Amino acid sequence: MTPPPPSERIRLVTSVLEANDRIAARTREACTAAGVLLVDVLGGPGAGKTALLEATLPRLGARAAVIAGDLETSRDAERLAACGVPVVQITTNSFGGACHLDAGMVAQALDQVPLTAIDVLFVENVGNLVCPAEFDIGQHARVVVLSVAEGEDKPLKYPLAFRRADAAVVAKIDLLPHLEFDLARLRESLHAVHPSLPCFELSVRSGAGLEAWLLWIAAQRRHRPTP
Amino acid sequence: MHEMTVARSVVDAIEAAIAAGRVAGRVRRVVLRVGRLRAVAPKSLRFLFPLAAEGTPLAGSALDIVEVAVRGRCERCAGEFVLEAPRFLCPGCGAAEIAVTAGDELTIESVEVDR
Repeated sequence: MTPPPPSERIRLVTSVLEANDRIAARTREACTAAGVLLVDVLGGPGAGKTALLEATLPRLGARAAVIAGDLETSRDAERLAACGVPVVQITTNSFGGACHLDAGMVAQALDQVPLTAIDVLFVENVGNLVCPAEFDIGQHARVVVLSVAEGEDKPLKYPLAFRRADAAVVAKIDLLPHLEFDLARLRESLHAVHPSLPCFELSVRSGAGLEAWLLWIAAQRRHRPTP
Repeated sequence: MHEMTVARSVVDAIEAAIAAGRVAGRVRRVVLRVGRLRAVAPKSLRFLFPLAAEGTPLAGSALDIVEVAVRGRCERCAGEFVLEAPRFLCPGCGAAEIAVTAGDELTIESVEVDR
């Protein structure tokens, strides 16, 4: 038997996503320099991300644009463009890119965003609570959307998405009378996963709760990007 | 399936280390530390790594994944503990003011190369 060839161990201690994080930092700097607040909107399919933006854009009191990262169709982009804001569509590609946006995709889309003409840039991430949570895309704030039509224990099942969020939106509360949804249990799981997370329970259909959400965005604009 | 992106990021990062002269010789093994807080499935990553490595200097290398438990320290009672479930409250006194001290890693620890 021949002995294995001699080998050497080289310590690297490098972050796997270092390249992504470098691009994300550049995006954040570019937005900060332009006085633009970049908000990443995360949530599972059907949580109500597009509807939240449709309700938010006309009431924002600020100039906005959207980068939409949905799959296959441009339906979300069309709905958002109807709000009269610039919309850039990211068509995620087939190989490892279809489940999340990474910093490179957003940086590329950023070239088509009129940064000097806006105050807030929303990125509607791909409908998924697992993969997008891993990637810094250069956001100043990340909002995770879930609806009362989903399970109360969602935060416990997808802890990273909720740990890395700066706010949570609990959408579709107008449906509560028709569901056996335990709001107290949801609040409890949100608290367990991220005790200090601000939560906005709202309905874009009735308008309930929208005010507090809009005030939160206004506060982010005041406190975050200063070049 | 963002594990493919993670697998390719591992390959890219090591290729960059080779280009920078930090790694010389044929890469035989890659050691990765993955915190349990990360949304990365070691099983998927193990499956996808050879595909990501194909046609690169890392082709044929082995991937070792060291899983790291989620650890916390309570800022109120100073207790230290391992979190088995995503409830970020002190198991001792119930306080929400805890610092997560481990479990968020996604790091290339080392590579083993032929001499």
